[in-house]
Amino acid sequence: MNVVLHHLGLYWSGLWVTLELTVLSFMCALLVGTVVAVMRVSPAAPLRAAGLLYVETVRNTPPLLLLFLFVYGLPKVGLIYSLFVSAVVVLGGYTGAFVAEVIRSGINAVPVGQAEAARSLGLTFSQTLRHVVLPQAFRTMVPPLGNLLTALVRNTSLAAPIGVLELTERADQLNATAAAPVPIFIGVLITYMIVTLPLGAVIGAVERRVAVAR
Amino acid sequence: MLYDVPGPRGRRRILVGSIVAALVIGALAAVALVRLAHHGQLDAARWKFVTEPSILRYLMFGLLNTLKVAAVAGGLALAVGALMAVGRLAPSVLVRAGATSYVQFCRSLPVLPLILFIGLGFPELGVRLPAFWFLVLGLALYNSAVFAEIFRAGVVSLPRGQREAAYALGLTYWGTMRLVLLPQAVRRVLPATLSQFVVLLKDSSLGFVISYPELLRRGQITGEFTHSILQVYVVVAVIYIIVNATLSYLVHRLERRQKRAPIVRPAAGASPLSTPTDRGAVRAGGKELTGR
Repeated sequence: MNVVLHHLGLYWSGLWVTLELTVLSFMCALLVGTVVAVMRVSPAAPLRAAGLLYVETVRNTPPLLLLFLFVYGLPKVGLIYSLFVSAVVVLGGYTGAFVAEVIRSGINAVPVGQAEAARSLGLTFSQTLRHVVLPQAFRTMVPPLGNLLTALVRNTSLAAPIGVLELTERADQLNATAAAPVPIFIGVLITYMIVTLPLGAVIGAVERRVAVAR
Repeated sequence: MLYDVPGPRGRRRILVGSIVAALVIGALAAVALVRLAHHGQLDAARWKFVTEPSILRYLMFGLLNTLKVAAVAGGLALAVGALMAVGRLAPSVLVRAGATSYVQFCRSLPVLPLILFIGLGFPELGVRLPAFWFLVLGLALYNSAVFAEIFRAGVVSLPRGQREAAYALGLTYWGTMRLVLLPQAVRRVLPATLSQFVVLLKDSSLGFVISYPELLRRGQITGEFTHSILQVYVVVAVIYIIVNATLSYLVHRLERRQKRAPIVRPAAGASPLSTPTDRGAVRAGGKELTGR
C-alpha cells in the first residue's frame, strides 16, 4: 500500500496522459465515424464499399494488432510518428468504426415518415437532415456513444504495450523497480474506476434528459 | 430513405460522383502500393515466410491457443453471466444487490490492467498457474458482467405476460426463469452474445502482455525471426479478420432469421387469437434490444 501512496505523483501524471489520450482519440473517433457513416449512406457505390471495408476490417482486428501495425509496420515504409500520436490515431480510428455504426443506425432509427414529411413540406435535403432527422437521430445515439466513451477510457490502456507513459505503463514501470504488483495494480484499477464510474453517472443523467419516448 | 428517388440528372450526378470516388480510392491504393514497393516491402523475400510450413504451423498453433482461450473464457463467462443475470432479477433484495454490485464492478474493469494484475499479482500471492489460466480468468471476469447485462436485457424485453402467466400457473421464481423466461431470452439475445464473443476473441490478444503464446505474440516472434514485421502483422490481421468475420456473418444471419420469423411460436393447439399480439410484442422488444 505504501508503494502506491509514495508514488501518487506517478499515478497522477499517468492519469493525465490517459485523459489526454481519451479526449483526443474520442474527437478523432467522432470525426472518422461521421465521415465513414456519410460514406456508408452515400448514393455512390464505391464510397459505400470503401466505408463497409473500413468498418469490417477495423472491427474484426484486435486494436493491439492495429497499434503494432502502426508503430512497428509503418516505419518500414518511412512513416514514423511519435508514440502518443500513433496511439491517438489508432484508438480514434478503431473507435471511429464503431461510432460510424452508431451514427448510421441512429439515422436509420428515425422513422422514414419524418424525412418524407419534411420533403413534402418543401425542405431541401440538407434542411431535412439539419432540422428534422439529425436532432431526433442524435437522441438515440447518446447512450451508445456514452458506452463507447467509457470503453475508450479503458481501451487507452492498450497504449501501454507500445510504451506510451499513460496510467498502466507508469504502473508497469513502477512495478519493475518496486516489485509489488498487487498494491500497484489494484491502485491502477481503482484509478480507472475513479474516472469511469462518475463518467458513467454523467452519461446516465444525459441519457435520461434526452431519452425519447416512442 | 433520406432523399427522393433520383431523376435522370440526379442519376448522372451520382454516376459522375461514383467514378470520381473510385478514381480517388484507386489512386490512394496505388500510392500505398508504390510506397510499399519503393521501400522493398513487396519483395518476394519478405513474403517468403508464407510458404514455409514450419512458420505457418507455428502461427496456426498460435491461432489454436487464441481459440482455446476464447472458448474456455467464453464458456466460463457465459455460465457466470447467466447466473448473475438471474441473480439481478431475483426477488431477494440481498441476492439482487450482490449480483448488481458484481456486474457493475466487473463491467468497469479495464481488461489489460486487469490481466496484468492477475498475471503479475497472483504468483506473488502464491497462486501459481500457467499464463493460460490467468488470461482466461481476466477475460472471464470482465465478460461475465457483459453477458449478464445482455441476458438481463433479454429477459426484461420479454412481454410481461410471460412471467405473470408462469406465476399464475404456480411456478416458482426459479421454475419461471428456467422453463419460461431464459429459453426465450437466450434465443433472443443470441446475436448480441455472439457479437460479444467476437470482442472476447479480439481481447484474447491481450495475452501478449503476460507472454501467453497466442496468435499476436507468435506473430511478433515470427516477425522478428523472419525480418518481415510488417508482412507478418498483415498476415496475422488477415487471420483474425477471417475468423471474426465468419462469426459476425453468423450473427448477421441469425439476426435476419429472427427478424423474419417470430421467436415465440405458439404451441400446437394454442388459440390463434394470441398469435398476432405475441408477434408484435416480440418484434417491438427485439428492436428495443438491438437499439441498446
